[in-house]
Amino acid sequence: MGSQNNTVPFAGTKEQESALLKVIADHKDDKGALMPILQKAQGIYGYLPIEVQTIISNEMNVPLEKVYGIVTFYSQFSLNPKGKFNVSVCLGTACYVKGSGDIFTKLQEMLGVEDGGCTNDGHFSLESCRCIGACGLAPVLTINEDVYGKLSVDDLEGILAKYK
Amino acid sequence: MYRSHVLVCGGTGCTSSGSAKIIDTLQAEIIKNGLKDEVAVVQTGCHGLCAQGPIVIIYPEATFYAMVTNEDVPEIVSEHLLKGRIVNRLLYKEMITENGIKSLNETDFYKRQHRIALRNCGVINPENIDEYIGTNGYEALGKVLTEFTPDQVIQSILDSGLRGRGGGGFPTGLKWKLAKGNDADQKYVCCNADEGDPGAFMDRSVLEGDPHVVLEAMAIAGYAIGASMGYIYIRAEYPIAVDRLEIAIGQAREYGLLGKNIFGTDFSFDIELRLGAGAFVCGEETALMTSIEGNRGEPRPRPPFPAQKGLFQKPTILNNVETYANIPQIILNGPEWFASMGTEKSKGTKVFALGGKINNTGLVEIPMGTPLREVIEDIGGGIPNGKKFKAAQTGGPSGGCIPAEHFDIPIDYDNLISIGSMMGSGGLIVMDEDNCMVDIAKFFLEFTVDESCGKCTPCRIGTKRLHEILDKITNGQGTMDDLQKLEDLCYYIKENALCGLGQTAPNPVLSTLRYFKDEYIAHVVDKKCPAGVCKALLSYIIDEDKCKGCTLCARICPNGAISGKVKEAHLIDQSKCIKCGACMEKCKFGAISKK
Repeated sequence: MGSQNNTVPFAGTKEQESALLKVIADHKDDKGALMPILQKAQGIYGYLPIEVQTIISNEMNVPLEKVYGIVTFYSQFSLNPKGKFNVSVCLGTACYVKGSGDIFTKLQEMLGVEDGGCTNDGHFSLESCRCIGACGLAPVLTINEDVYGKLSVDDLEGILAKYK
Repeated sequence: MYRSHVLVCGGTGCTSSGSAKIIDTLQAEIIKNGLKDEVAVVQTGCHGLCAQGPIVIIYPEATFYAMVTNEDVPEIVSEHLLKGRIVNRLLYKEMITENGIKSLNETDFYKRQHRIALRNCGVINPENIDEYIGTNGYEALGKVLTEFTPDQVIQSILDSGLRGRGGGGFPTGLKWKLAKGNDADQKYVCCNADEGDPGAFMDRSVLEGDPHVVLEAMAIAGYAIGASMGYIYIRAEYPIAVDRLEIAIGQAREYGLLGKNIFGTDFSFDIELRLGAGAFVCGEETALMTSIEGNRGEPRPRPPFPAQKGLFQKPTILNNVETYANIPQIILNGPEWFASMGTEKSKGTKVFALGGKINNTGLVEIPMGTPLREVIEDIGGGIPNGKKFKAAQTGGPSGGCIPAEHFDIPIDYDNLISIGSMMGSGGLIVMDEDNCMVDIAKFFLEFTVDESCGKCTPCRIGTKRLHEILDKITNGQGTMDDLQKLEDLCYYIKENALCGLGQTAPNPVLSTLRYFKDEYIAHVVDKKCPAGVCKALLSYIIDEDKCKGCTLCARICPNGAISGKVKEAHLIDQSKCIKCGACMEKCKFGAISKK
């Protein structure tokens, strides 16, 4: 999850910042607003680096450690940018009993990254996920919005080749 | 009026296999063939038979086309819609009999089902409130607001015997009664749509296929307990369900079915969505409420129960999606109707998500008390490739495995608990002889270790220790002493963890220990994995008769474990072998096997 140190320097733009400030202004007074704001912030920046957390903390008058505590609690929040293509392998039970564990191991080998890692060129990132609910297609992986189902280890090379 | 309606499944399963594109092509082909004013295309929710997706159904004939591809669409339009000839090769093959085509409701998959919660899924367009109203939607809310007192609503739900479908099985009516009894300036109605059990997707299908039923039921609950505000906490991993709920809430507000003075009465009720962010523990009720409040989703001790102090410290009820989906039907048909189905203590129906090693993966809704055998063999179509049934797993990471000896057990809450499993939210994963039960227990523990929120020590550290022992066993380093330790630790965690997640986390270990102890012993004593799953316990062996002595394997082996002369049989040194399997993959003569 969020334990790895981020090596990519923060490169947020003015437009992103003003979009974030608008989101905060719109939701600031809602009950329990912090989660929806963080979700929208991740939508704007693609991830939640400490710089973004600091803006949210200052604007909402919430201690930074509380923001950080929430960001690191939920697996969907990411402290690191994702690759241009994010490969996500379902390790839910239905996929697992049909061999998604082998698929995940093979992808780690092929891409040379661990769970949650990103290739050095920023092209592919790899993560495991819990059940996307397409159990009829098990085992399943997604690359950004595309879903690939009924997979075998032999299919992986062909699938990755489409994104190179 | 259209003469034909083409229903295309837009659930997650079918969308993943390309149904959105099929809709586009259908519309284009219909225009091309000049049928624009005669044929309508409707995107529906899930039909349940996900293994056969993408699914296209054409009414009024109710022709059920399965595994449709984009390339098939022009033929469907020109043959079926234009010329009225059914495209036989695309029909769901179960429907084809010697005497012609039988109806979908007579196929093994559908004929034993009884759809209450899923009644509209795959039937109506979930993005159109008029279609919901057309199938008696919001009638129950109207009836309740104009004819029932809040106490009468609660009595109906109590009389129906409905129990929570999210896992625990607490009587829904009692929950409402407790919340009604606590006076407060504000109360809340929450919906748990944080369906986190891997392999369970019934709540998602209800939300995708029939979102209004949840809104209607929440409004009824609001009237019953005296709440004016509701929250739906839904997984962000379900984008289609989130979209459709947003559309549904917008339409309901527009029609005055949510908001101020509903049906001209002085009852007001509104609903907001809150998205989860990927934390399994947030399916636990106190953790879920903490998360809605905008905090780390950690559970807290009970009492106080949510009915006293829940969301924002106010009396709150929390029910699961499937539970809500039953409510309007209970109001309309009466509690006696609902209570007439099921077993003595488990009334009504239950939706199960069939997955794993089973032919008909998908969603089924069956009366409580249906035997497991019927679900797997008749409805589920049995195990693929002629393999032998080993176990069915219910209740996800909190549940257990049901072995073949309990194959005839009628499924209800109490029976499942009595054999060491639980209903859970209704995921039912089938495993065959190729699955290793120790590996499965380890898989679930890996999940709980990952998802433990860390607040209480028994769960945070205990599950980690359980996982370590299981890892040791699957690596062939376990001792008989470890099995005893495993069991003792399981009971310790069960008794001492703070929330339901921790208390049930040892169940996968306990139930596999109970029914598959011989597999554990094979790992510990014989250092063998009978199912051939645990890598460390496998040996790669060269068949002397098949080996041609080509030396390829010896050159490929990354650890120099293979030796032999040219044109003579080779040998693997087991002490050097790292079990990577590279030799077996490359051998051209099929001489290497793993045992």
